[in-house]
Amino acid sequence: MSGEKVKIEISREAYEQAKRFIEEQGGFKSVEELVEFLITEAVGAEGGEEISPEEEEKIKERLRRLGYM
Amino acid sequence: MVSRPHGGKLVDRTVRGRRREALLGEAWEIVRVDITFDRAIDVEDIAYGVFSPLEGFLVEDDYLSVLKGMRLSDGTPWTIPVILDVDKSIASMLRQGDDIALFFDGKPLAIMRVEDIYAFDKKLHAERVFKTTDARHPGVAKLSSMREILIGGRIDLLNTVYNPLERYTLWPKETRVLFREKGWRTIAAFQTRNVPHLGHEYVQKAALSFVDGLFINPLAGWKKRGDYRDEVILEAYKALIEHYYPRNVVVLAALRMNMWYAGPREAVHHAIARKNFGATHFIVGRDHAGVGDYYGPYEAWEIFSEFPDLGITPLFIREAFYCRKCMGMANEKTCPHSDEYRVRISGTKIRSMLLKGEKPPETMMRKEVSEAVLSFENPFV
Repeated sequence: MSGEKVKIEISREAYEQAKRFIEEQGGFKSVEELVEFLITEAVGAEGGEEISPEEEEKIKERLRRLGYM
Repeated sequence: MVSRPHGGKLVDRTVRGRRREALLGEAWEIVRVDITFDRAIDVEDIAYGVFSPLEGFLVEDDYLSVLKGMRLSDGTPWTIPVILDVDKSIASMLRQGDDIALFFDGKPLAIMRVEDIYAFDKKLHAERVFKTTDARHPGVAKLSSMREILIGGRIDLLNTVYNPLERYTLWPKETRVLFREKGWRTIAAFQTRNVPHLGHEYVQKAALSFVDGLFINPLAGWKKRGDYRDEVILEAYKALIEHYYPRNVVVLAALRMNMWYAGPREAVHHAIARKNFGATHFIVGRDHAGVGDYYGPYEAWEIFSEFPDLGITPLFIREAFYCRKCMGMANEKTCPHSDEYRVRISGTKIRSMLLKGEKPPETMMRKEVSEAVLSFENPFV
């Protein structure tokens, strides 16, 4: 995820836990990356798709024609 | 809420309208590379976003990173190399930055911008991806028949490959719209290459009991002798869904994607593909995408611990059996009874009965499913 960055504060304890998690499990380069991943997972996974209203209507038309909707 | 596409963006490399017309004309004037059916299927899966965030075949940096670390060079989890092989004679005609036309079945399928040209070590590839160099392993056998040089780069899809199952084929953009329209926030994906028996139904329903919807996504296309035909699998599932699932909790759609039998690595690959379709959960078989005894009994489950950042939740549901004492389907975790009460569900036994035109017992397969399979003169390839 890109774009403008903002600062957030979390407890030292949670930060240390996150650091330990990354050291043990891998997969994330930084606590920031882990926090961003968890927020995306928890509250808003949508996005990343570029579907125009016209295209969405065409998709729905096909889905209806095939009996999926 | 459906899953965010892998890598953050759902790829769409299909070309329409005037640009397509222009590129179609260009395709006949530039270097032509004829590709196999398997690679053509890869091209489609890339173009329609099944392999997001890939926009084309892997360049060397990404290839080596996937081979050695199971991640793309930017760190995104990726376990199966998606590569395009060409003859040395073709490779010698190419330069970085060239546009080439990928032809399949005599028609231009896609335009590819050549970003990298490199040799690859098949032995290293086999050791890393398949954990064996044994030529009897079907993935190793396929690999050894590939040509010596790889080319990487973005593709633009101009045409599609003939698909007899088009009526049952949905792409990620379509399932994402569909799941949203259905109001599903959590979706468990199930992959299969078999007709459903009671064990499959059990794991699907176990998953369905805590998600909003089930996405049954059989792999179609390439088959080996003795496999169920694609249309048989779909009809068998339609019978099961009609008689044994509530309305509006299942979406059944086929997917053409190459199988490498790479066991644990391929289990992760399958999960990533279904994440791109919008699934939030993925049911992983105990010996998922395995073959013979090349992989340990729970390796396909254990590998997921290496990907805390995968973005799709794997579901590990134990193998089911029918227990005469429980009078229903159960597994090791839910049934205390001994083996004398348990009816193990054997895919091999079911297959051999169906081959003889016999219906398997209802403790193994629903009669409606058996009837759907047996309604075909020859259900097997």
